[in-house]
Amino acid sequence: MSDMSWFVLISTVAAALAIALGVMFPALAMGKAITQALEALARQPEAEKSITRTLFIGLAMIESLAIYVLVIVLIILFRNPLLEYLLK
Amino acid sequence: MEPLSVLFSIGPFGITRTVVTTWGIMLVLGLGSWLVTRRFSIERPGLLQSAVEGGVQAVEAAIAVVLPDRAGLLLPFVGTLWLFVAVANLTGLIPGLHGPTGDLSATAALAIVVFLSVHWYGIRSAGPGSYLRHYLAPSPILLPFHLVGELSRTLALAVRLFGNIMSLEMAALLVLLVAGLLVPVPLLMLHVVEALVQAYIFGMLALIYIAGGMQSQAARESPDSTKKGNTT
Repeated sequence: MSDMSWFVLISTVAAALAIALGVMFPALAMGKAITQALEALARQPEAEKSITRTLFIGLAMIESLAIYVLVIVLIILFRNPLLEYLLK
Repeated sequence: MEPLSVLFSIGPFGITRTVVTTWGIMLVLGLGSWLVTRRFSIERPGLLQSAVEGGVQAVEAAIAVVLPDRAGLLLPFVGTLWLFVAVANLTGLIPGLHGPTGDLSATAALAIVVFLSVHWYGIRSAGPGSYLRHYLAPSPILLPFHLVGELSRTLALAVRLFGNIMSLEMAALLVLLVAGLLVPVPLLMLHVVEALVQAYIFGMLALIYIAGGMQSQAARESPDSTKKGNTT
């Protein structure tokens, strides 16, 4: 196989693996956060407002990790800076 | 990840589609608020006035939960952020338009505004000396961590909003390419929810960062006052 087809193959596999792992672990973390929030909510329903607010912010923080992975994957797929060395 | 689409240029600056859309949103929001507030009266509040005042009060109450005594100070800034980011996120749903927040330059500009206003409100509430000293608290060894934290959270603020909105638009486009017309409609409904949630989160994080900058002095001063209260 030529250099170019190796490059395409490897970057596609790497992107798929990266997004799979990068979504899996934030999903676990989000599930854990939501579980704890529901437990806290069941124990103290009157603290609903502050629990919901903190939960939302925490979820946004965790979610941004998955978003970083997505941005990196898109860079690998569409704007790979290392491609220049092959095309030169 | 499309190339920059320069519509026209003023001098050396290329004006992209994002900037033009932002101008449009500014015009709509500015004209809208002027039209809405034009006929306000204290004696006979109309239906529209009650609705707008209810909205402003809701925003103020949301700010007061985080920062109880200074809600009025932050209402203009955080309220504007919420309104602008929500409208900008929803703009992507209009056919032919792209949301400005799907462009990293626009979200980076918003994040820089938040970064500067943290220091502005912090210095305003406590004076420059005691504000800058909170970087050395509790120990000067932590100074690099404070600085890295400031930079990374600003970067995270920009990339989070950009990544969410851009990925939503791109997902709808990909589903349209793969499946065909009307199939991405559920995704667009998700876009509405996600746009509002992201606007809420962006404003809330800005509010929390500003509150952290303002309260870091108060937290440092309160142990002294409680100590004083105990001894006297």
